[in-house]
Amino acid sequence: MAKVIASKSGSESRILSVGSYRPKRLVPNSEIVDRIESSDEWIQQRTGIESRRFADDSESVVDMATWAVEDALAKAKLSITDIDTLIVATVTFPFQMPSAATAILQRLGHPTAAAFDINAACAGFSYGISMAHDFIKAGTSKTVLVVGAEKISDFTDPDDRATAFIFADGAGAVVIGQSRDAGIGPVEWGSDADSRDAIQMNPSWIDVRDVETQLTKAGSKWPNISQEGQKVYRWAVFSMSKAAMKALESAGLTVNDIAAFIPHQANMRIIETMAKEMGMPDSVVIADDIRVNGNTSAASIPLAMDVLLDKHPELHGKLALLIGYGAGLVYAGQVVELPPKP
Amino acid sequence: MVELSKGKIMALSQADVLAGIKEIVEEVAGIPAASIELNKSFTDDLEVDSLSMVEVVVACEERFGVKIPDEKVTELATVGDAVNFIVNAAA
Repeated sequence: MAKVIASKSGSESRILSVGSYRPKRLVPNSEIVDRIESSDEWIQQRTGIESRRFADDSESVVDMATWAVEDALAKAKLSITDIDTLIVATVTFPFQMPSAATAILQRLGHPTAAAFDINAACAGFSYGISMAHDFIKAGTSKTVLVVGAEKISDFTDPDDRATAFIFADGAGAVVIGQSRDAGIGPVEWGSDADSRDAIQMNPSWIDVRDVETQLTKAGSKWPNISQEGQKVYRWAVFSMSKAAMKALESAGLTVNDIAAFIPHQANMRIIETMAKEMGMPDSVVIADDIRVNGNTSAASIPLAMDVLLDKHPELHGKLALLIGYGAGLVYAGQVVELPPKP
Repeated sequence: MVELSKGKIMALSQADVLAGIKEIVEEVAGIPAASIELNKSFTDDLEVDSLSMVEVVVACEERFGVKIPDEKVTELATVGDAVNFIVNAAA
């Protein structure tokens, strides 16, 4: 008789804690506007952004991610050795390999957990939540750290009128552990890969290398982020509100059952119009961290979650709808139970 | 307003489309319908910004059953441009 492979099964999962790190330097619109011939009023009207944070040389992607992880672990009253899996969502860690995830493990003295980075741009954190949930449900993992960490200022052209005022730096982390009841709902995810040019970093590293070494044509520059604002706005508002509604449906819920809406902090206008499209009742608290801290890509949802729980402690343990979306174009959304009060 | 059955494209008159666009622009951007005329520029005269313009376009697509591609949006400078595009697209 041939032997069969043994299999594992796990449990439901929930978010045990959320932690964050914000760079020290707050940059108001007034510091941005001259190079893009814009104004504070123009930026606020189109994005709701009043200021953002830019990291300095002492605040790398790994530094910020590590500090966010320490904050999340302390709030969950866990140590790094309780973690068996670390997922880092980032598109601005400036090394192709090894991963930011392994750098964090080494820094924190637990160099044995499963660890890797994922690239789903601004949707990365929601992708990570979904993976962590599935790993725990399958019995692959028991306690997972999901981190979103970005230093987009390294990949932003301060003279680009379409992006210079939007993006920002920071890191957020959640600890996800086993649970008897479902604390994380089914993911609603997908892509619109035909629009993958709508947000991008270009040129490729090969082009950069060839210019640096004078091997080929001149003209390539640093792979800064670029974005087609109207195209992205249309997709975000109208397709993402539908995806977010599906995520609610998959969890057997409606907008009236949730206490908070924490979408990717891309643009306040997108957030407000999405909420209107979805018929969000006034009782739902809507995250608006973008106003003061800008768009931090994969880090924006945990950063917004952390600050929302600080401002509204009554939301601990309540249901929130998350949706991440970004370059690809890719998206993922799910309902989660917000972590308990630390 | 012309009622459109789902999936069926009917010929639309310029007056029908203009009336519909007036309602949409008022709803999206809070601009009084009375000030919206064919020769008015969305950005210069009516001060509809680029993001509100996207909302206007999506609302027009839903109301008139036409498709307005992203690359066409920038070509719709005046209310008349939008009316003509929609009338032709629905013809």
